[in-house]
Amino acid sequence: MLLKCWPVFAVSVTVCLWPMFAMAQESDLTSVPEIAVPLNGADIAWMLTSSALVLMMTAPGLAMFYGGLVRKKNILGVMMQCVFLMGIMSLVWSLWGYSLVFSGDLGGLGLIGDLGFAGLHGVIPTWENGQQVVPQFLTIPRSVHMIFNMMFFIITPALICGAFAERMKFGSMVLFSVLWGTFVYCPVAHWVWSDYGWCSEFNKSAAFQAFDFAGGTVVHVTSGFSALVCAVLLGKRLGFGHEPMPPHNLTYTCIGAALLWVGWFGFNAGSAGAASAVAANAFVATHLAAAAGTVAWAVIEWIIRGKPSILGACSGAVAGLVCITPASGSCTPIAGIILGLSAGIVCYYFCTKFKNRYGYDDTLDAFGIHGVGGVLGALLTGVFASKSITGDASKCGLLEGNPEQVMEQAVAIAASITLAVFGTFIILKLVDSVLGLRVNQAGELQGLDIDQHGEEGYIFY
Amino acid sequence: MKKIEAVIRHFKLEEVKDALMEAGVQGMTVTEVRGFGRQKGQKEQYRGAEYTVDFLPKAKMEVVVADDQVKSVVETIVRSARTGQIGDGKIFVTDLDEIVRIRTGESGPEAI
Repeated sequence: MLLKCWPVFAVSVTVCLWPMFAMAQESDLTSVPEIAVPLNGADIAWMLTSSALVLMMTAPGLAMFYGGLVRKKNILGVMMQCVFLMGIMSLVWSLWGYSLVFSGDLGGLGLIGDLGFAGLHGVIPTWENGQQVVPQFLTIPRSVHMIFNMMFFIITPALICGAFAERMKFGSMVLFSVLWGTFVYCPVAHWVWSDYGWCSEFNKSAAFQAFDFAGGTVVHVTSGFSALVCAVLLGKRLGFGHEPMPPHNLTYTCIGAALLWVGWFGFNAGSAGAASAVAANAFVATHLAAAAGTVAWAVIEWIIRGKPSILGACSGAVAGLVCITPASGSCTPIAGIILGLSAGIVCYYFCTKFKNRYGYDDTLDAFGIHGVGGVLGALLTGVFASKSITGDASKCGLLEGNPEQVMEQAVAIAASITLAVFGTFIILKLVDSVLGLRVNQAGELQGLDIDQHGEEGYIFY
Repeated sequence: MKKIEAVIRHFKLEEVKDALMEAGVQGMTVTEVRGFGRQKGQKEQYRGAEYTVDFLPKAKMEVVVADDQVKSVVETIVRSARTGQIGDGKIFVTDLDEIVRIRTGESGPEAI
């Protein structure tokens, strides 16, 4: 099947690599005129550390969190998805991803960047006129800004894998992720984080200014809603609904959740771009939201089912962390507690009652936690944003007399969902026509580890 | 020569082993198994999914004895493995055609 489709591959690869050949083309808007601020060692140290923490969230964090939740025969399938995405998405980001998000603005509408930074041109140091030139992003080298954001580009498609675990062809997942990253993630990230984005808080002339500190919309809403589309289009696993499919190793899931919690400090506090008071607030708010989410979900289970579970506690922690993601740079830690509690309760509902009512097989609750938690967090950011944290009287939310912020949040959310849903649908149909989506029945029954990778996860005699 | 297989509760393993050794049984083989008889499955819940897991973890113990020891060994196992609740397990006694000790090559009742 793969060999039959080589012309399609050849064309797509050429199209995707074209930016490298067109690198000579400079844009007037390659970057915002940079004020000559000195590099700051503390900021660089923190941002490098944060980058490492966020990468750790993909593997071993997510790899173990998701890995423990699937059946034994599919553990390597999950882990391979995470690890390979670390490889392929890093390459895509350096070649054109970073540029599409952060370089200028193609078309002037705040929809997508240009190719000024393609192939890391203008991102890494050069030697000009007898001296070293280090491109900067505020107080850090631009390469640090690039690598930090790369880790977000990696983990977002990895989150979607939760929806189609145990049944998606590996090659199809790879092609899907590359296209999704380019045509869904990059535009949304540009809208929300670039200096020219149409709903970016960094764009003074934007009609809407949404607060998304660390990626509530960019990462969680997009991946969560895309996950729902994937779950529906790929269909349910064989035996879903009548065969027991309990997690094969909740000890891994617990370890993975802990790694996610710790890694999230890099995800949120690192989004300050500096070792600053805002980073400190993000760190504290993040932790309290996780704490509140853990307690909330476990207590709900305690009340409703009689026993609090480790899976519930871990899920609650992750839900709280998702929820605080967009809010961590503008809301107080006490608001973080409220967000964590809300996420624990609301995500619990979507992962149980709602999911069972509609019967879709979102295997690892990518929609229930990331999609729902992301929307909740992004909206509540509009409620709780405080000038005491942002340091800017015009940047606050409903509780401080700026109810319009909730509307601006809603606009960004709606746009992200729209692109995620339609983009995912189109990309899935495209991938399906070229490679197919699901493994065949025999392969699914045997398990992806053998069928897709020729390996066994556990060989115990 | 007879083979005695006993499917028992996990936590009874040490007690049964000690009782058997006191009764003169020299060796045994233990495996982890899953199974059920009249004991109902246990309910487990994982996020939104509730399962009744029918296959319950048990331990299977195998010992080999001379014909004249079968009755006392079976009684020893029953006594030490019983709790009185459904799920205590079962014992199966089968005839053995041959036993060989690998180290020495001995066979028959001397190899027990």
